[in-house]
Amino acid sequence: MTVTGVPLPTTKNSPGRSAQRGNTSKRRRLLQPALAIALVALLLGIPFWLVIATAGKNQAEALNPNLAPPSQWQLLENFATVFQQGRMIPAFFGSLLIMVASVAAVLALGSMAAWILARRRGKGIAIVYALAISGIVLPPAVVTIVMLLRQLGLAGTAAGIIGVYVGMYMSTVIFFVTGFVRTIPAELEEAARVDGAKPIHIFVRIILPLLGPTIATATILICLYVWNDVFYALFVIGGRLDTLPLNLYQVASSGLYLQNWHLIFAYIILMSLPLLLTFVFMQRKIISGITSGAVK
Amino acid sequence: MTAQLSRPRPGTAARSSAPRPKTGRRRQDHPAWFLIPAVAVLIVFFFIPTLFNFFYAFTDWSSFKTKINFAGLDNVASLLQNGSLLADLRTTLVYAVLVAVFQNLFGLILALVLEADTRINRAARVAFFVPVVMSALAVGYIFRAVLKPDGVFNAILGTITGQHVDIAWLGSTTWTIVVVSLIHAWKWMGLSMLIYLAGLKTISTDVLEAARIDGASWWRTLRAIRFPLLAPAITFNVATALLGSMNGFDIVQATTGGGPGGSTELLNIFIFRTFGQGLFAQATTMSLALFLMVTILAFPVITFLRKREDVLS
Repeated sequence: MTVTGVPLPTTKNSPGRSAQRGNTSKRRRLLQPALAIALVALLLGIPFWLVIATAGKNQAEALNPNLAPPSQWQLLENFATVFQQGRMIPAFFGSLLIMVASVAAVLALGSMAAWILARRRGKGIAIVYALAISGIVLPPAVVTIVMLLRQLGLAGTAAGIIGVYVGMYMSTVIFFVTGFVRTIPAELEEAARVDGAKPIHIFVRIILPLLGPTIATATILICLYVWNDVFYALFVIGGRLDTLPLNLYQVASSGLYLQNWHLIFAYIILMSLPLLLTFVFMQRKIISGITSGAVK
Repeated sequence: MTAQLSRPRPGTAARSSAPRPKTGRRRQDHPAWFLIPAVAVLIVFFFIPTLFNFFYAFTDWSSFKTKINFAGLDNVASLLQNGSLLADLRTTLVYAVLVAVFQNLFGLILALVLEADTRINRAARVAFFVPVVMSALAVGYIFRAVLKPDGVFNAILGTITGQHVDIAWLGSTTWTIVVVSLIHAWKWMGLSMLIYLAGLKTISTDVLEAARIDGASWWRTLRAIRFPLLAPAITFNVATALLGSMNGFDIVQATTGGGPGGSTELLNIFIFRTFGQGLFAQATTMSLALFLMVTILAFPVITFLRKREDVLS
């Protein structure tokens, strides 16, 4: 790709060699799109077509999922079935509630703390900062979290799992936002301070609006993790609250559905749609947000 | 810690009369109580459970007893005796390393193939990000169907080779760990690709132009110039891949459930299974093992990768 299609003049010294190079660059220009399309078709096309085709079949045809199209499409009927049996409406709102509340809380509390951690100096602050970002690396103690939630009376509740997610992703938010606040000149705050603005006002009116891009990146990543999480949800709210991944787990692992690939795949399509649509409509922002946040 | 930070509060009285000392002003302008909510959440939902880990791992806490008694190293001893502690640590480590290698290899190849800003490439990049957006559990179920002995993958292999293929990809005690790590890498390679693409964009075109004029081939330019300059992207990708896969659960649970014969049993799978059986103390012991393994491994790995970056500057 770096070899751009320069029309190479045939030098007398090595005519064969330069002709060869001209050919390779031309070939490469044709080859690259073909390779890109082939990769998409093989790596993504096959599995995704399998999901769609199987989700459109009846049980007998879907018994052994293959790439053949269904003899008769019954995608909508299968959707209707899993919509009911997988309790999709409560699961959707359960997932949505947990995600929105966790992300809002972790961003609000995390950026407040990050502002202070970025602006103040001293040994105490350094220690608090080191502890606050240690959660990026350290895995949460999932078993004892359940015990603690039981003691607090939060086991099996939405508040419990929201607290767990906020605790898990707090470190990530503090790390991202502290790094960014350090790049904001302190003079911006000074001007407002001279006018007698209180810290809370300075934070809300000056710092928070500037955090937009960083917060957007963190929001995307945390939304992805929280929306799709099943491990921590199984421990904390398994069987008591519906979320989309929890219900997929139940649909797929219950013996009743073991041979019902058409229903499992129909469920997968439906549960993926909300994030997929959000992603497709906002792909440019999401992709630039993630890439700008990561490589620094 | 917060109490200690908010203790010295000079300057409130002196505000109108004298110019405040710099430090005092700082403290007031950025009050420590802003830290309290975040620190409180971290303490309750992160640090206390972690400290509990160090205690309950050495008790006989289970759903079969009403009281929790101290049990010393009984859990560790029994987990060592039945071999699951070392086996699961090893499996988790192998899985993490394989995922880190595959995910970065695939991500880098995709980034190099889709580097130019053409319409097809942009569409392909979006397509490769779709698995990242999907639930890992769903990805696991999809590949469980794809890799069945009478599934699609074997059917395609059969068409290519012209023979009947019925390899049990998820049924080998030796190779299935590789297969599941490939699935994990497939799910996340789109994210690595994006990071590598962003890294490739930061390399100055002057350097590449100079290399081209010097007659360096595409491969040599990649090896000698672009790859070393990608160090920050590699650090990020390797670290996130290692951490993500050491905490892995969904994909393995959906494809093999830890089998065959426990050969793909990650620590988190063991923790989930034993917790479901009511053996809370054993689950806690494994959770502690995971915590210690990540702590011992993560910091040297990150330091090493950071050192590689320093060479550049």
